[in-house]
Amino acid sequence: MRASFFLCVSAYLCGLPSFAIAAPLQFGFGKPATTQEIAGWDIDVRPDGTGLPKGRGSVAQGQALYDEKCASCHGTFGESNSYLQIAGGVGSLATDQPVRTTGSKLNFATTLWDYINRAMPFNAPQTLSPDEVYALTAYVLNLNDIVPADAVLDADSLPKLRMPNRNGFTTDHGFMRRDGKPDTRNVLCMKDCVQVVRLSSEMPDYARDQHGNLAEQARVVGTTGTIAAGKATAGSRSGLELAKAVACTACHGVTERLVGPGFREVATRYAGDASAESRLIAKMRAGGAGAWGAVPMPAQPQVKESEARALVQWILAGAK
Amino acid sequence: MVTDDGKPGRIRPAPENHLAASPDPVRRGFLRRAVALGGGALAARTAGSVRADDALDKNLPPHVPEWSRTLGAPTLASPYGVPAKYEANVKRRESPGLTRTPQSSVAFTPLQSLFGIITPSGLHFERHHAGMPDVDPHQHRLMVHGLVANPRIYTMDDIVRFPSVSRVHFIECGANTGMEWGNVAVPTVQYSHGMLSCSEWTGVLLSTLLDEVGIDRAKAKYLLAEGADGASLTRTIPLAMALDDVLVCYGQNGEMLRPEQGYPLRLLVPGVQGVSSVKWLRRIEVGDQPWNTREEALHYIDLMPGGKHRQYTWIHEAKSVITAPSGGQVLLDHGYHEITGLAWSGRGKVSRVDVSTDGGRNWRTARLSEPVLTKALTRFRIDWTWNGGPALLQSRVIDETGYVQPTIRQLRAVRGIRSIYHNNAIQTWRVDATGEVSNVQVL
Repeated sequence: MRASFFLCVSAYLCGLPSFAIAAPLQFGFGKPATTQEIAGWDIDVRPDGTGLPKGRGSVAQGQALYDEKCASCHGTFGESNSYLQIAGGVGSLATDQPVRTTGSKLNFATTLWDYINRAMPFNAPQTLSPDEVYALTAYVLNLNDIVPADAVLDADSLPKLRMPNRNGFTTDHGFMRRDGKPDTRNVLCMKDCVQVVRLSSEMPDYARDQHGNLAEQARVVGTTGTIAAGKATAGSRSGLELAKAVACTACHGVTERLVGPGFREVATRYAGDASAESRLIAKMRAGGAGAWGAVPMPAQPQVKESEARALVQWILAGAK
Repeated sequence: MVTDDGKPGRIRPAPENHLAASPDPVRRGFLRRAVALGGGALAARTAGSVRADDALDKNLPPHVPEWSRTLGAPTLASPYGVPAKYEANVKRRESPGLTRTPQSSVAFTPLQSLFGIITPSGLHFERHHAGMPDVDPHQHRLMVHGLVANPRIYTMDDIVRFPSVSRVHFIECGANTGMEWGNVAVPTVQYSHGMLSCSEWTGVLLSTLLDEVGIDRAKAKYLLAEGADGASLTRTIPLAMALDDVLVCYGQNGEMLRPEQGYPLRLLVPGVQGVSSVKWLRRIEVGDQPWNTREEALHYIDLMPGGKHRQYTWIHEAKSVITAPSGGQVLLDHGYHEITGLAWSGRGKVSRVDVSTDGGRNWRTARLSEPVLTKALTRFRIDWTWNGGPALLQSRVIDETGYVQPTIRQLRAVRGIRSIYHNNAIQTWRVDATGEVSNVQVL
């Protein structure tokens, strides 16, 4: 390989830190990254606040933004666990029922700022201004009772906040180094190693069919066959498969609300309503609004009448 | 051939003979059940065998098969080849209910159907945090900056000019087998262990790039790796690993990376949980302390009894699993069966794999198939005669550090059942008297 030397004649002209001047490059591929280029991409924020930009935002401003951009997924009070639950559960991690939320787990508020800034909203990341990110951070922290309702956050105040789980992390384990110490020391016994082999868990019947027809999930050539799905009827599986195929599941979960209600929520609401089937078939194909909140259900003309009927029957039967 | 009871196993070629004569009560029972389950729900294998008995026997000896009496498809029938149409079952799948949106989800590798150690690129497990971006390689850039003398920006052409290496390494998600800490929850090895794949990766050693830009060795301790996806996913990489064997990859199994795997550029941190192998890699910043990113402070942290989280649990300890026979399969016949599976360690090479067919009471050492490579999947195989009785199949790996894969009881004693990540317990598959194989735990 040919060694070449790229020397920056002037750190000022190149926009580089001054200590870059004398360092030789063995290959010299690529180009120098200018201060301006780095600034555009270097968005990370460390726990000590390094990387936080100028700007400020209040809880009140954050609430308005949150209701507009965040509540549809995270719930009005950050309570939704359809996505990561962001509020509640503080102090629960040591209990038998830990509630894992942003508020209960996070150790530094700076990480919340960094994540909102780089990755939220889910469908339009890196579109928020620094002021908006400060405001949303303030509101999420307020939902967790970490800052008061009149709080205003900026680059100075954010790193000073003390999160409830500030001391809840440890690096006292063997996973950070290749020669780290393992937790366990199993022994290499070869004969009569255990006296009684006790089965502690096996697949419950209800779980066996949750992953569809196992017979269709293995290579067809081999010395083993596959177990056909057990108790679920063909109709139930095709219901969910059909829902996926015509993209219902982009907005509806089986049990949980995503953009629209969960299928089982629908089943519950219309239980015993004899006319529901025909109305829902029509609504599925023509669209509708108002029954489940502000987000309208768009028309789905690509769904055939027969498919809509099968889907509605499956949903009303409990989407099982 | 070595078998449990010392008797020679019966080898019955598959699949032609499976139904031709069916004196075997096990197989008849299986068929009866399959038929009883009704119509289209017949096992695919069974359906094929039934056809072989009647409609398609014109292709069986003594008849000459129809594909021997016709002209085949031309070359370039499929310019980029695809698997045989009969192999449509072999594909990635999601685990229903595991994730809430397909953009931030997991698709599992069908380990039960694969041979050897290399995962076909199209079957490599998927895990995205904000969907799979469509990155134009001409407009993709890698920025290297921070505590370096020469912050640089590289095009893909620049990256490919550097001296390259090709290495076989596994990638396993830290949450692989995470659903099974408390009890069994999923039916097949695809869902229990399928966030695991292994490829030959080609790229430039990260140490080559760091030497080129000149890191400040007095201060530099950690790197931040950042993706160009909508999550701009970030992870802290310790400098010691970065200077050891971390790769900046553009190649996977002989071709450019698949989009699902970070096209056109990804990090590959051998032996470390998959999230650290940042896909669509756009930026490396050299720093002096860990970043405590969202994927290091809200996820990929291991909840311990007492309520503390372990942070920066990078390394995968040694783990193995039998892929055949495995959950969801049925042994169609008594006699000889090869037990085979995969073993791997984030700390180096696999030294040995032992297999038990009685729930861990007695063990025999399996054969390791070459190549046995560091931080790569290793294929093991062992002969077994199934005489029709119930069996509990387990595998146990020992890596080159002497570490022995733990039981679930040993892991729980330290970590409880809520830590989600790094479940490397010995897996048990139960074979019942009818030949059905299912997922169980023994304590």
